[in-house]
Amino acid sequence: MELKLPIYLDNNATTPMDPRVLETMLPYFTDHFGNAASRNHPFGWAAEEAVDYAREQVASLIGADPKEIIFTSGATEADNLGIKGVFEMYASKGNHIITCTTEHKAVLDTCKHLEKLGAQVTYLEVLPDGMIDLDALEKAITDKTILIAIMYGNNEIGVVQPVKEISAIARKHNVLFFTDGTQAVGKIPVDVIADGIDLMAFTAHKMYGPKGIGALYVRRKNPRVKVTAQMDGGGHERSMRSGTLNVPGIVGFGKAAELCKQEMAAEAARLSILRDKLENALLQLEEAYLNGHKENRLPHTTNISFKHVEGEGLLMGFNKNIALSSGSACTSASLEPSYVLKALGLGDDLAHSSLRFGLGRFTTEEQIDYTIKAISDTVNKLREMSPLWEMFKEGIDLNSIEWAHH
Amino acid sequence: MAYSEKVIDHYSNPKNVGTLDKSKNNVGTGLVGAPECGDVMRLQIEVNEEGIISDAKFKTFGCGSAIASSSLATEWLKGKSIDEAVAIDNMDIVEELNLPPVKIHCSVLAEDAIKAAINDYRAKNGLPELALEEKKH
Repeated sequence: MELKLPIYLDNNATTPMDPRVLETMLPYFTDHFGNAASRNHPFGWAAEEAVDYAREQVASLIGADPKEIIFTSGATEADNLGIKGVFEMYASKGNHIITCTTEHKAVLDTCKHLEKLGAQVTYLEVLPDGMIDLDALEKAITDKTILIAIMYGNNEIGVVQPVKEISAIARKHNVLFFTDGTQAVGKIPVDVIADGIDLMAFTAHKMYGPKGIGALYVRRKNPRVKVTAQMDGGGHERSMRSGTLNVPGIVGFGKAAELCKQEMAAEAARLSILRDKLENALLQLEEAYLNGHKENRLPHTTNISFKHVEGEGLLMGFNKNIALSSGSACTSASLEPSYVLKALGLGDDLAHSSLRFGLGRFTTEEQIDYTIKAISDTVNKLREMSPLWEMFKEGIDLNSIEWAHH
Repeated sequence: MAYSEKVIDHYSNPKNVGTLDKSKNNVGTGLVGAPECGDVMRLQIEVNEEGIISDAKFKTFGCGSAIASSSLATEWLKGKSIDEAVAIDNMDIVEELNLPPVKIHCSVLAEDAIKAAINDYRAKNGLPELALEEKKH
């Protein structure tokens, strides 16, 4: 196949929409524009029917009942609704939430917000490979614990947590288990029954669907879980999330879910081969390190640090042709390097030197070959102009130097 | 955020990358920044008997703007007297490279590197160090 530029390897940020999804959505902007809550005319009926069908498609992807799907504007809203909604609904039972330091900001900042409202939050540290320490998790549970919120797959390093074991611990202590499934759903098999999930946030735009539509799975049986609505209004979505339904978005989400279900096994196998090819080639470079657990992770993600080269400088060498992200502070607004990589125990220097690769449905082998060469060449070029690399090659211990921190 | 053409040009074709012999008395070396902060610059000057900077080299660990700032600094240093070199202000670099506000610290680092190299040269030659004003990074 011919090489197609530019190459998009930032699929953990967002994915391109599959043309088949767009095609399914289009009539719902124009011909079938009705409000799914309009019960008295064909426009409303057509919209409601489309939403019902999409709800089945989405539920089917995660082994849920359609009634357990609450549509939201995306995963951030679903994270907020799931965690805040449980905190409020189960206030009489307790106020303690357990989460971990590598969660997405939509979970961490939601927990921080709840702390101001009286929540006690335990932020578990992860092991150096990014995995949860199950013993530490169980020990953190108190009689006030109402919720464990641990993500399914991590957005930066792709590490997949032992969800079944976590849910078993939660069940044993009669605590609800919420998981942010944003990166995992549609990429690897997620089954809310087999995995023992009580609540799960996920979104369409990470699985080749449209932006602006996501869902919160809320279990209805064993146990029946309820969340307090965070937005008041017309009582949509079983009164858990008011607001006129985004019908074209929901239709697209449904189609995207259906395609993921059909193509997941083949796609995951194909992407893991390409990912491994990319990763193995880049780890051939001197002083290149894999971040996160090598086995327990998403098939399309890898995160590598190239010591003594700064991430943003590295991206600049090829970002006209390859779209990637870095854990370097320079690429974020915060001026702090990736908190996820730091949570693994990486020094700031290695966090600054990291690249995150997210392969996707439209990634080709030619693109991976091109990427391997472009990155290797740039790393070598930048090391030639890196004073740290020169010192390293001269055998100078960089920790022995008194750096002028600024 | 898009880079200016001048930053891209310095990044793609950096001027004066390299190393001077730091054991020589007429070579001054400045090493500024820290790996934890994501940028380290090493800037070196070689001063001839007339007191003119005859050569300048750099190596930088950092983003494109940091590389461009140090590359530009070495270009400007060559042929200047020490007094002229001391007068280089970080805002001159900002202007020349069209650096956005979030990258101003790269220019400050380059100015610091110039002054550190000059001070190293002065110390080696028995001259008092320059008093440096503190700039915010």
